[in-house]
Amino acid sequence: MTAALDISGLRKSFGKTEIIRGVDLSIGKGEIHAVIGPNGAGKSTLFNLITGRFPKSEGSIKLHGQDLDGLAPYEINRLGLSRSFQITNIFPNMTVFENVRCSLLWSMGYKYSFWNMVSRSRALTEGADAILEQINLTARRDLPAGVLSYAEQRALEIGITIAGGADVIMLDEPTAGMSHSETDYIIDLIRTVMKGKTLVMVEHDMGVVFGLADQISVLVYGEIIATGQPEAVRGDPKVQEAYLGAALEAEH
Amino acid sequence: MSTLDQATPRSMGTVTPARIAPWVIATVFLLFMPFIFTENSAITIMNQMAITIVFALAYNMLLGQGGMLSFGHAVYMGLGGFMAMHVMNWVEADSLPLPLPLLPLIAGLFGMGFALIIGAFSTRKAGTVFAMISLGVGELIAACSIIIVAFFGGEEGISGDRTYGLPVLGYEFIQQIEVYYLTVFWLILSALAMYLFSRTPVGRMANAVRDNPERAEFLGYSARWVRFYSFIFSGFFAGVAGGLFAINFEILTEENLNLVTSGTILLVTFLGGVGFFFGPIIGAIAFTLLQTVLSLETELWALYVGSLFLLTVMFFPGGLAGLLAMHVPAGNMGNLGKLVVPYIKTLVPGAIGVLGLAGLVEVLFHARHSSVGDDEMTLFWTTFSHGDILPWVVFIGAMLGGFYVARLMAPEMKAAWDEANTPPGAAS
Repeated sequence: MTAALDISGLRKSFGKTEIIRGVDLSIGKGEIHAVIGPNGAGKSTLFNLITGRFPKSEGSIKLHGQDLDGLAPYEINRLGLSRSFQITNIFPNMTVFENVRCSLLWSMGYKYSFWNMVSRSRALTEGADAILEQINLTARRDLPAGVLSYAEQRALEIGITIAGGADVIMLDEPTAGMSHSETDYIIDLIRTVMKGKTLVMVEHDMGVVFGLADQISVLVYGEIIATGQPEAVRGDPKVQEAYLGAALEAEH
Repeated sequence: MSTLDQATPRSMGTVTPARIAPWVIATVFLLFMPFIFTENSAITIMNQMAITIVFALAYNMLLGQGGMLSFGHAVYMGLGGFMAMHVMNWVEADSLPLPLPLLPLIAGLFGMGFALIIGAFSTRKAGTVFAMISLGVGELIAACSIIIVAFFGGEEGISGDRTYGLPVLGYEFIQQIEVYYLTVFWLILSALAMYLFSRTPVGRMANAVRDNPERAEFLGYSARWVRFYSFIFSGFFAGVAGGLFAINFEILTEENLNLVTSGTILLVTFLGGVGFFFGPIIGAIAFTLLQTVLSLETELWALYVGSLFLLTVMFFPGGLAGLLAMHVPAGNMGNLGKLVVPYIKTLVPGAIGVLGLAGLVEVLFHARHSSVGDDEMTLFWTTFSHGDILPWVVFIGAMLGGFYVARLMAPEMKAAWDEANTPPGAAS
């Protein structure tokens, strides 16, 4: 079985500084895979390379066996990979409903159509409303997205990310900057909406990581020093030394 | 974005009376206007207004809907107009069987064709890059108009006669009123088409790309293609406006595609309000009125229009349409009535102050610039000499008094505004 995402020999330099220094990673279908590591380890850069936001320097990235080399973000998205951002990235001046509807357009085959009226499509309206129901934002449907609370905006971003029906979802710190109750809310949300999908996430909250992930990779200074099931990673002495000891201590 | 949707947010795109009402009212209004304003000069102004509306709406497809600031959009209107002018002359010379009402379509397609070429590289990025390319192309085409004489006619431009086309239903478009109805037909058609465009998938994505191009890319849309579609459709309707201009004025010159015209349409659109579909319509009406009526009264009309523009940008970035839309919440609560008296109390003195200031500027201008011995001037239907002391006193008095009273009353207006916008039952 081909992996959902297969990364080999991935490198990225900005000028002389090498940020990603040879990453090999294989993520199976339906897996929840967390990437953890200290600040500046290159987690977000790794995400940006996979999703085509930055061009890579070397190596290969395959989505369901297909090489993503040279593809633009929108082309990668059309192949079934969707992402969220560390800093909330939505359409603040459009309504919540409109945000979700826009993210359904391509996957419903509308492409650059200028001969369909969006409001006449029952499938589009019902699809968007169903997503709003899933992310508990039905009550906020007609508000501009920019006026929502922070947690609601994060939920909306997850809604936008999954709406297009991509089967590989990448979430960049979905709980960043959230209170405990908000974190619980987002984690419940992720659990429900990600059923059957492959999920790759960057996360700092170790409670979230160990509660949610099937597999964990530890990225330190642009290299993956360990990959495996949560318990194995937790026990790994290299991980203890490089990162997790300090991170877990900070939790207590 | 538009208030048309806010009225019926949950309806499924069916044609409801609330949704078509503005269009029906506007159509009826346009059809009856010539019965109210019957003079030829008034009809000419209305024609000019209609053309400016089409052009401003086309421009707003870029600026308001797509987030592209163009400094050279007159190019597409101008080229469409020049093409229409040539076709009009071919009809005359070779007896082409082409009815005049189709001319704007040809002009539109020509504008679109040129937008296709320019848009292919200019829509790669929005922001400064796009703005600079539009400026460059605008300058380039304006320069070409003097170089390529065969197409642009050099300094005197290209002129023709619209009455040689095939008569349509017996009309030969000799009279201004016939041209008015032809223009109105294209105005309604274009406005409706542009409105409907904004409701299509690519029209919705134009908004999305304007707000956040990067996010749109991660939803499967190429921001560049989305901008490109907006750009060529905008080019089409700008061309239509050019065709209407050709029919109305029967002459096109370099002035129709230079940077001044491009700047004017930016001003018109912004004045009306870029955030609303109907904003440019209001802007075009207000601007044309100022331009035609005010310019008959004073040489300094551009100064006043410029000041108005400046004030709009600084204090009401939503434009005139935004100013109207600000009153929707209060209107929904039935509180608009509470605002009438405070508005009169503040805005009438304010207006007197503005008129006093304008009068002072006019007298000063006349005193400094009229030829020696010519000290008579007419202002506000009164003739006086700028050497007299009385007009100066009156204008300074009106200015100071008006602004003083307005300032005194402003807190009351502010309080009334806050009250009108407080939902019933909320703690004040």
